[in-house]
Amino acid sequence: MTEENDVYEPKILGFLCNWCSYAGADLAGSSRLKYMPNVRVIRVMCSGRVDPLFILKAFEKGADGILIAGCHPGDCHYQCGNYKTMRRIHVLKKMIEQMGINPERLRMEWVSAAESTRFVNIVNDMTEKLRELGPSPMRCEGDPCE
Amino acid sequence: MILVSKGKIAFYWAGSCGGCEVAIVDLDEMLFDVLENFDIVFWPCAMDAKYSDVEAMDNSEIDVCFFNGCIRNDENKEIAEMLRAKSKIMIAFGSCSHLGGIPGLGNLSTKDETLDYVYKRSKSVVNDEGTIPQNSTDEHGNFIGIPELREYVKALDDVVEVDYYIPGCPPPVDVIKTALLALISGEVPPRKEVLAPDRTVCHECKKEKRDMAVKSIKRIYQLDDLDPKRCLLEQGILCMGPATREGCGAACLTANMPCTGCMGPPSMSELSENCEQGARMVSAITSMTDVADEKNSKEEEIKTALDEIRDPVGVMYMYSMPKSILRRRRKDVSDRD
Amino acid sequence: MSVIEINPITRLEGHGNIKIFKGDDGNVEAAYLQIPELRGFEKFCQGRQSELMPQLTSRICGVCPIPHHLASVKTLDEVFDAPPTSRAVAMRKLMHYGYFIEDHLLHFYFLGGPDLLMGPDCEPGKRNIIGIIEKYGKEVALEIMKHRKYGQNIIKMLGGKPIHPAFGIAGGVSKSVNEGQVDEIIEMARSCVDFSKFTLSLYKEKILEEDFHANAIGSEEYSLKCFNMGLVNESNEPDFYDGDIRITDSEGVEIVKFDPADYLDHIGEAVEKFSYMKFPFYKEKGWKGLVESRENGVYRVGPLGRYNASTGYSTPLAQKEGEKLEKMFGRPCNMTLAYHWTRLIEVLNVSELLLELSLDRGLLLNGDLRTPVGKIKGKGVGCIEAARGTLIHDYEVDKNGLMTDVNLIVPTTHNAAAISLSIAKAAQMEIENGVKDTDKMNRVELALRAYDPCFGCATH
Repeated sequence: MTEENDVYEPKILGFLCNWCSYAGADLAGSSRLKYMPNVRVIRVMCSGRVDPLFILKAFEKGADGILIAGCHPGDCHYQCGNYKTMRRIHVLKKMIEQMGINPERLRMEWVSAAESTRFVNIVNDMTEKLRELGPSPMRCEGDPCE
Repeated sequence: MILVSKGKIAFYWAGSCGGCEVAIVDLDEMLFDVLENFDIVFWPCAMDAKYSDVEAMDNSEIDVCFFNGCIRNDENKEIAEMLRAKSKIMIAFGSCSHLGGIPGLGNLSTKDETLDYVYKRSKSVVNDEGTIPQNSTDEHGNFIGIPELREYVKALDDVVEVDYYIPGCPPPVDVIKTALLALISGEVPPRKEVLAPDRTVCHECKKEKRDMAVKSIKRIYQLDDLDPKRCLLEQGILCMGPATREGCGAACLTANMPCTGCMGPPSMSELSENCEQGARMVSAITSMTDVADEKNSKEEEIKTALDEIRDPVGVMYMYSMPKSILRRRRKDVSDRD
Repeated sequence: MSVIEINPITRLEGHGNIKIFKGDDGNVEAAYLQIPELRGFEKFCQGRQSELMPQLTSRICGVCPIPHHLASVKTLDEVFDAPPTSRAVAMRKLMHYGYFIEDHLLHFYFLGGPDLLMGPDCEPGKRNIIGIIEKYGKEVALEIMKHRKYGQNIIKMLGGKPIHPAFGIAGGVSKSVNEGQVDEIIEMARSCVDFSKFTLSLYKEKILEEDFHANAIGSEEYSLKCFNMGLVNESNEPDFYDGDIRITDSEGVEIVKFDPADYLDHIGEAVEKFSYMKFPFYKEKGWKGLVESRENGVYRVGPLGRYNASTGYSTPLAQKEGEKLEKMFGRPCNMTLAYHWTRLIEVLNVSELLLELSLDRGLLLNGDLRTPVGKIKGKGVGCIEAARGTLIHDYEVDKNGLMTDVNLIVPTTHNAAAISLSIAKAAQMEIENGVKDTDKMNRVELALRAYDPCFGCATH
């Protein structure tokens, strides 16, 4: 599905953990901080809940970028969930790069409940970077097998 | 489907290695049972029926067709469609027709990149004209057609409707025997099922499992003192067991080698596409890796433990790339080359 | 102008078709063997973790996975500078011999052999293992299956499963046999020696003197003069695991003998438009296309190629059989149908080798299975004799143990030109004899099946 007539607006899917990053994003909202509207947020209890399947599925469905935000290392509500996330994203980045998807499209950040500004900066920065990178290859190519 | 008289059975291979055919030959005495219950009407590996004989059959004349091999070229697709029309039951037999198989790794390149390397750039090739196999006409004016490679490899159910799947590379003999007995007796499970048990290889593996914390991943040649009695994952060897369906008796593990995932993933997990094996393994291996003192370890150390997963796609999608969520290599517009 | 098409060719491994073009005068203008398949192992193995290569390349062929697995691990021995321990080599040879016996028996009884055991003009529905069971009896069939199972069992003991085992690691192997298994293998080997003798008697009784065969074997239709190639030991006897590559000409004169690591100096691969299979040729002579000539670098591998490239067999019973063949047909022998006889002598040869090896308890039950890996040297060539001929793997690996280059020359690829010439000859003679339609075309396929071709392998 190409978007020749529409201007490209990056679509970011954000998985935010309930205890830290979602709270931080919420704080940004209640503080009336302005930021790019390109992120669609899914709240999970822990960033460690994010199954690699969700990420691959999100790319398949046309996400230009995926943000996983969790608690800072050492602060995870469930002790070690974010360490799992760290490892997962590390391997997944290699994997998607091998599959031809720019690994910068997959981003992991630590955002605490108080870091509303940090959250805003991340979203703005990521949106800009994705504008430069262009739409995800999953959006641009039809199935060439037929 | 209950066979009142001798049924008709066919075995065919597409983009395959022939291993699935030999697996049938290796049934040994059970071949006599097959022959008692079926007429083998088409089996190019072992019998002389030709495509024209199949074309001449009525639709649904064949009771069961065991189809192995991936769909790599136009001929594979045409014959798959022909056999589908002529068969009541179509079984995707073996990893290649089930998931794309090892030839599915071809999806990391384009068809042109593959042809270019094989015919022009490999070391021993002497090909100054840059010839690539293609339709041609000889000096007498005879047209010689040759099937084209398709752009990417596909599994059987990407091109025709499949009734059952028998996984494995090749399918283990017990799995084949169980499936054949079901077909002969008529007591077949509901359509679309994978005809194999549904837990993971870890359940069948007899290696000793102790604490399940993997300190760091290693390549098998880096471990001089591999303990053959202990779980290979615990020793840092990336074994696909946790993401792979059982049914083979953990055969490779009995040889002290890690599972490579040939049976494909088990069906459990409500979000799984049923065939997304790589994501399963990423999840498993990153859950199992555990630095002793995470809180005081730097992020870098945690990542370094995984460094020896140098080719995650090749290891975790060895048999299942065409049926994975991403299916094939993409061209990111941000690529500068 | 018309075309007779045989599609697909059957009773072999892989895909193929034969197109015979006849001119308006009814004579054969051209006959082509086309292999329509390609999976691209040489390309998609690049980027892979090198320790997986034995298991990846074994999927080039499910009929001969073991030679690929072993050639691959031999290549890794070089790449990682880790010469295997003698016990590891013994384990590899056990697996190799077990495979060799069951693969050759598969060909004789299931694939190409039925042409001769049932007769080439026998009705198509009986020209196969089912016909053999009917004609020769269930007991014989059970013996065939039993001995093939012996080979499978040895592979399974060591590699976990009989097709696509998991076994080879650079510098060694992952598993050994235990004492009880050694005893089993000794008994199996003894039985294989006997069964080889039985099969050779069957061949002599039912095939050698039989009408069609007696006329065909020495005929121009079924002969081909070209070079011959195989791995040999220092005494120039076929060595199925190691050795040097020896090439002889159609008169039996040694042309060259070289270390397989230098194969690129002597072997090139040509490409033709009409087939995905490449055409290896002997570089000194060059590639002149599909032409039978002393000045063309066409050569044969496999049982007849090995017979012609060597001076005798390394075990006593096989050597006696070899002498019988030599007396009747000479050495070298350019008769394509002699592939069948040489193949059966090799079953005997390998059975004797298996017995000899299995009796060496000291070697089999003691010692390390692996040499620790050294620095990554980065390059390696591994060569072995598969049932169908010489197999070469050539790898380049980076400092992280990832594959950067893969080159493979596989037995039936070596035979590509020879097989093409053989079927063209057979087609021409059959058409000249007045054959008009596809019914008698089995006599053309028969020329091809003698080679025991494996086209999935050949194209890889």
